[in-house]
Amino acid sequence: MAQTDRRDAPGLPDFSLLKRLARDQLIYLLEQLPGKKDLFIDADLMSPLDRIANVTTLKQHEVDKLYKVELKPVVSVSDQLCFLIRPRIQTVKWIADVVKSDKAVGRFRRYKIIFTPQKFYACETVLEEQGVYGDVTSDEWEFYLLPLDDDIISLELPEFFRDNFLEGDQRWVTTAGSALRLLHFLFGPFSKVYGIGRCAKMVYESWREQVEDGEKKAQNPDIGNVFLIDRDVDFVTPLCSQVVYEGLVDDIFRIKCGSVEFGPDVTSTDKSLKVMLNSQDKVHVGETQRKKEIWWEKQRKKKRCGMDIKQMKAFVAEELKGLKQEHRLLSLHIGACESIMKKKTKQDFQELLKTEHSLLEGFEIRECITYIEEHINRQLDYPFYNSSFYMLLYTFSTLGLLPKDYRSLKAQYLQSYGIEHLLSFANLRQIGLLVEQQPGETLTVMESKVGKLVNDKTAGKLTDAFSSLAKKSNFRALSKRLMLIPKTGEEYDLRVPRDMAYIFSGAYIPLSCKLIEQVLERDGWTGFEEVTRMLNGHEFAVTGPDGTETRNKTDPQRIILVMFLGGCTFSEISALRFLGRERGCKFIVLTTAITNSSRLLESLLDNQG
Amino acid sequence: MTRAKPEDDDWNSSKIHAFTFDDDDDEFTKLKESKRAVSSILVDDDDDDDDDDDDDVEKVSWSGEPVGSISWSVKETASSIRSGGEHGFPKINTAPSLPKQGSGYSLSSLFKAKSRPFQSFSESFSEASTRVYAPELRKPKSECKDYFSDWSPEETVKRMRKGKVYSLERFRSLQDKLLLLDEAVSAHDGNVITAVLIYLKKSLSKEIFFQELMVREIALRHYVHYLKEMEEQKTLVELMKALRRTEDIALMQYKEHLSIKDENQRRDFLKTCMRLPFSQDDAIHVQDHYTLLERQIIIEATDKKGEAEIFKKFPRKASILNMPIITTLYYSCFYHYGESEGTFSSPANIRSTFRISEKQYILTALGARAKLKSWFDVDSLFNTKNWLGYTKKRSPIGFHRVVDILQKNNAPVQVLKDYVSLIDDAELKLSLAQKYKCHDIVIEMYRDLKDRQQLIVYQGKVERGSHEDRKIDQLLGNMQIRWKN
Repeated sequence: MAQTDRRDAPGLPDFSLLKRLARDQLIYLLEQLPGKKDLFIDADLMSPLDRIANVTTLKQHEVDKLYKVELKPVVSVSDQLCFLIRPRIQTVKWIADVVKSDKAVGRFRRYKIIFTPQKFYACETVLEEQGVYGDVTSDEWEFYLLPLDDDIISLELPEFFRDNFLEGDQRWVTTAGSALRLLHFLFGPFSKVYGIGRCAKMVYESWREQVEDGEKKAQNPDIGNVFLIDRDVDFVTPLCSQVVYEGLVDDIFRIKCGSVEFGPDVTSTDKSLKVMLNSQDKVHVGETQRKKEIWWEKQRKKKRCGMDIKQMKAFVAEELKGLKQEHRLLSLHIGACESIMKKKTKQDFQELLKTEHSLLEGFEIRECITYIEEHINRQLDYPFYNSSFYMLLYTFSTLGLLPKDYRSLKAQYLQSYGIEHLLSFANLRQIGLLVEQQPGETLTVMESKVGKLVNDKTAGKLTDAFSSLAKKSNFRALSKRLMLIPKTGEEYDLRVPRDMAYIFSGAYIPLSCKLIEQVLERDGWTGFEEVTRMLNGHEFAVTGPDGTETRNKTDPQRIILVMFLGGCTFSEISALRFLGRERGCKFIVLTTAITNSSRLLESLLDNQG
Repeated sequence: MTRAKPEDDDWNSSKIHAFTFDDDDDEFTKLKESKRAVSSILVDDDDDDDDDDDDDVEKVSWSGEPVGSISWSVKETASSIRSGGEHGFPKINTAPSLPKQGSGYSLSSLFKAKSRPFQSFSESFSEASTRVYAPELRKPKSECKDYFSDWSPEETVKRMRKGKVYSLERFRSLQDKLLLLDEAVSAHDGNVITAVLIYLKKSLSKEIFFQELMVREIALRHYVHYLKEMEEQKTLVELMKALRRTEDIALMQYKEHLSIKDENQRRDFLKTCMRLPFSQDDAIHVQDHYTLLERQIIIEATDKKGEAEIFKKFPRKASILNMPIITTLYYSCFYHYGESEGTFSSPANIRSTFRISEKQYILTALGARAKLKSWFDVDSLFNTKNWLGYTKKRSPIGFHRVVDILQKNNAPVQVLKDYVSLIDDAELKLSLAQKYKCHDIVIEMYRDLKDRQQLIVYQGKVERGSHEDRKIDQLLGNMQIRWKN
């Protein structure tokens, strides 16, 4: 990254301050419970906590033993129990049970819950209802923002997506507003805010109110512009199989909080190893990284050709040989590459990709549906997630389906993967990915007529034409309007990336990033009415009190904070980094969590008790 | 809500450290100074204890301790006046929202704060103007309760959002309750919406409450989510019934089966689910679910004894209970192939009961029989007799898929080549024949293509002196073939 920046590109603000803030507040809160105490930590807070403090820090503040919250009876003998948790009713219920069972045996202890990033009334109500309010004190650890990289900040709230978009619960709106407020306070004042999406609007309002209620401050801003975007504005991009290096690693090994655990198959030893992935990691910096990405993409483009592991190894060793000191890391990455290669070169995966591309471009739809059908029929599971459901989801979001096709695919899916997935399909409808159209009389007639022709090969084209008529997704229209699919035929030279499509090997420009680019370019949404209509509206562009006079592009004007409500992918981050390099500006990504297709799927699947 | 009336004894524990903070000898010397500075004021405050709100004691103790060098910028509780003069960012119209009341600040809230000069000052002015960075003064709860009743819905919601003391008790008339709810909704703060809903739940009859929720979609969704998280299934069902969301009730009740572990109980429960008002399509699926589990229980009862020969040869790895239909079919093709359609465990019975398509059936049966290396069964899956009595192989799935499945089950070349030769697409056929070393097919294809060069190249890949090698020699020496190269 660094090497390819334009010389006049502004520098990034230093976000390590955020970590210090969080650490100091945590220490402060621990100090509030003097004396030795045992600390119970929510499983999903472990990794974020690791990024800002370590066990020694905790021990220094009289934390005796550390436990993971497992919703089981506690074995601790300490007189003071401290719980560091996300505000979840289930966890609070468990704590209430712990207190009650202690009471039952006449044991006296002190209990303290530290909710992070904030407490919810519903949680406190549980304490009250269970008769332990008062026995348990509570505090808030306002740990909103975790910098994952120089230009990535995460709220580490993966449940934001499900809560907000599926359940319709706006509990995190204020949290997101507060996060933004903190950045505004430390690195603002912002001068312009753009946004699209219902949640984006609400977060903007929440932030605005908090800023108004707070004090004014006069300082030179580090960040000038802000762009808020809801995840449901663009479902397609996070569903695409990733090919940028971090994206691949995330898809396959699951990056957690910026670090990844490589198993024994990668480390070629008998134990797993945790590795941080960020731009401080030398292997990842700059050109080398880009070259590696390009190489990947080239390999991927040659669809059927088997990729040679030796070739890959040689490549990485060759390209990265200047980095001897990073040898250990390097061999790890080579190991990771090998492992990726093994998984990605399977023929199944190649076909999956091919189908994905066809759906993006909207051709050979019949073939795609047949392919998905076979996929479902064979109960194929891509090792990491339920790829059949993934394919369905992908189809809904790119193409939409005829009711007839939908019914048939759903029935086959339930047969193959369990009828309880009825609930998952209900979720798809709830989140708006599935608009069940009751076909009118004429449509049904047409449908059956065309249906008869389906077996006839010559009618294939006709069927395709018909499917496109009945589609419910706006994706293809948007894709056309925004030119998201680069023209085929032209050779896409990945060494000289032309546009953001390079992150998907030239096949597709991510919708989310394209919107951001266009809106920044035209400084608002004017002339984009058609596009916003297709995206269900809720767009806005506002100028703050300091925004009007700064028409000239000062440095802070060229630092843009993009907030993804509901998560963003490493591919999108790469695309924005590219855009920044092109335009001589810098993007800072603020996201509720890093997401990818499998995480998105998991939050929609509903077959567990 | 009762939480607005803190009971003194509840706070015993917190009092303890309320008085210890001053003696804290932590090693944060760097923090000492500012700590002392602030606590000196706060101790004052403690003494000036003219109301008995004990919450306050605890809160002050920790709110008064700024973490020295670090600028705690996290949002203050301070309900400071709006940044005067210059307007900030414009308000935008967020979808469904209500017209707000005009005045944001009532005199009473300023007045009542006077009983605690320092606090009120810090709250409404000092922090705003002098920018003292103190860690979150989250709940100063210092206000007199006497004035609770003055707060409008707007103010109350505002206070709730800032985590300050509030009281919902004055909202007694239905109209007031609804105003409060609507205000919470228009503030977009889910946390507060839920808090108000909890209050309404406690203070309104279900009938009235549900009726009002019916016309408030956003509030409704919050309530539904709350009930889900609280696992109050019964209330949830009642609510859905009142709202006549029949399909939702059906799905919700159906979901309960996931938590029933005992298979017989689960089956019985699924039976009751069949009466639920599902959509037409889903009703069929749920019925299938019941039938499936019923069958599985019957099959499991006999099979777990494992008496038949096949179970000794290939012991089962898991029970068949709760497996999907296709897995059950596979199982049946594996262990119960050839049974007559009359038995529940036979593939034919499962196929017809669950309306499994031919294509799906063939795929599954193929997988199972290939796994057992019953190549004869595999062949008969595809054999059809024409009217002259000749057998011909037909498949509803492409033969390249068949080859793929056979190969994954380690089928020998003799079996594979039969199916490779049936592939329509010549290019695909050639590449698969090469991949799976079906030499005869490759050789014949090159011969048919009259491609002498490729044949010569291919000769390098077969074993010297083998049958294939000789065959190629023979072909290359055959003067009657008119090679194209």
